[in-house]
Amino acid sequence: MDDIRLLEMIERYLQGEMTEEEKILFKELRRTNPEVDQKVVEQHFFINQMERFNEDKKFRASLNEVHEQLTGEGNIKPYSGKSKVIQLWNRSKRTIAVAASIAGITALVISAVVSSLAPKTDKAQIENLGRKIDILEKNQNHTRRELSDVKNKIEIPGEPAKFGGTGFLIDTRGYLVTNAHVINKAERVSVQSQSGVELSARKVFSDDSLDIAILKIDDNLFKPLSALPYAITKNISGDLAEPIFTLGYPKDEIVYGEGYLSAKTGYKGDSLTCQISVSANPGNSGGPVINKNGEVIGILSTRQTTAEGVVFAIKAKNIFKALDDLKKDSNNLHIKLPATSSVKNIDRPQQVKKIQDCVFMVKGY
Amino acid sequence: MDKKGNPDFFKNIFYPTLGYQISYFCINYNTPVNTNLKEQELIKGLALNEKGAIETIYKDNFTVIQHLIINNNGSEDDAKDIFQEALIVLYEKAKSGVFELNCQIKTYLYSVSKRLWLKRLQKNNRFELLANGVEETVHVEEDVSLHEKRDDEFGMMEHAMMNIGEPCKSLLEAYYIYKQNMQEISEAFGYTNADNAKNQKYKCLMRLKKLFFAQYKNGNKNG
Repeated sequence: MDDIRLLEMIERYLQGEMTEEEKILFKELRRTNPEVDQKVVEQHFFINQMERFNEDKKFRASLNEVHEQLTGEGNIKPYSGKSKVIQLWNRSKRTIAVAASIAGITALVISAVVSSLAPKTDKAQIENLGRKIDILEKNQNHTRRELSDVKNKIEIPGEPAKFGGTGFLIDTRGYLVTNAHVINKAERVSVQSQSGVELSARKVFSDDSLDIAILKIDDNLFKPLSALPYAITKNISGDLAEPIFTLGYPKDEIVYGEGYLSAKTGYKGDSLTCQISVSANPGNSGGPVINKNGEVIGILSTRQTTAEGVVFAIKAKNIFKALDDLKKDSNNLHIKLPATSSVKNIDRPQQVKKIQDCVFMVKGY
Repeated sequence: MDKKGNPDFFKNIFYPTLGYQISYFCINYNTPVNTNLKEQELIKGLALNEKGAIETIYKDNFTVIQHLIINNNGSEDDAKDIFQEALIVLYEKAKSGVFELNCQIKTYLYSVSKRLWLKRLQKNNRFELLANGVEETVHVEEDVSLHEKRDDEFGMMEHAMMNIGEPCKSLLEAYYIYKQNMQEISEAFGYTNADNAKNQKYKCLMRLKKLFFAQYKNGNKNG
């Protein structure tokens, strides 16, 4: 039996078109042949699906028709009461409109009255006044300029520095490192070379937690150096008992000090700093701590007041940390630290002679 | 006449809104017997896809659902969609003959719409709580999930029908929907005889079934 004829039979059976005799035969076939039975069930299900699909489709079409029709008749309309505010507006629209027009008319009347009653202003007078203001402004500008000239002149000589310390070059173009505590209260900073020349400088970076500040010499008198004599590298931490020396300005003149590395940590075990034994006085802050090879191992920063000769220096690697932070703040700034020492294996006076030009007194005003 | 002392003066101003509210609450909470009978008639009419019944139900209920949807972040179109879907759920229930009017049509439609809208919001990952209206609700979870299954099947058949192409679509509709006999069909579609038409119809039906069941089995597997 081919499939087409079987389908026809199934359909006639489902539609009740079979004779009694046929029905009995077909039921027998369904009972004995599960494949046929399966096909009957499937066909029945599918026909139901199709009919239902069609009815649903018609119903959906009716819904849309009714929607269109009711909208057209105005029986249903777009929802106007989206919010209470709109409802409120709709309800009091007229009142508000009336109030607004009264306010508008009042304003117009008042302005009309004011303009008609107000005295006419003289045009010439206004022009004169304008020119006067012009002249006044010019005079003012001139005075301001003169004042600032005077101020600049006054400030250069004489005025005693409020804060003082030491700083040393870390870049040939005039970048110096010092302690943040030397300059953080100063409004203005300058540096003075060991030969006594004062150069104006500005703060480019300061970190109180590291106690490191970076200054830039901004002065025409400053001539960039070809190279720095000492080296500043990350991995120089110094060995215990290693001899060190320092240069600084505890007075108006550069002072040399000598000592040794006495502990690898600082005050109360602070790992940012190390302990050195050297004679240091106020003004030494910010000075370089250098080993015999001419490598900077730290920045002299504090001393313990309760003990003699206990001085702490910020380890050199913190300069790198400060530079990283600085780079983040101003991404164009690349400071190149001197990587090699040119004062290795020469005697100390020669070393100091070369280094002292790079160590400055830092003055804060 | 002193206007302030005249109660009619206020009545004239406030009557429209007040009147609307009163009738609105009346339908909701009091169910007079004649209303019940009227609704029974409407349900029957709906099951038979009668325009009049659809119109009455539509007119009486659309605004409430519209408020519900739009006040809960829906658009005008969402309101129409959800309301019509709720009507389809009611229609399906009415057709199945088991719809006992244990609640008002309004309550039923409101409950279904709320459920459908909540589901749609969740589907779009917008877990928002629906603002509670004054409307009471009834339990419609089973009806809604049954509807979802039927809605899926509707989509599968629609997809299958769209993809069998002509003349198959018209041929099958003529036979199964409009119940034309094979003789009429072979004439209308220009087949030389009824047997040819029968052959064609068989092929078309097989194709439609294949398309439909491919999705159906998939859908059931996934579901």
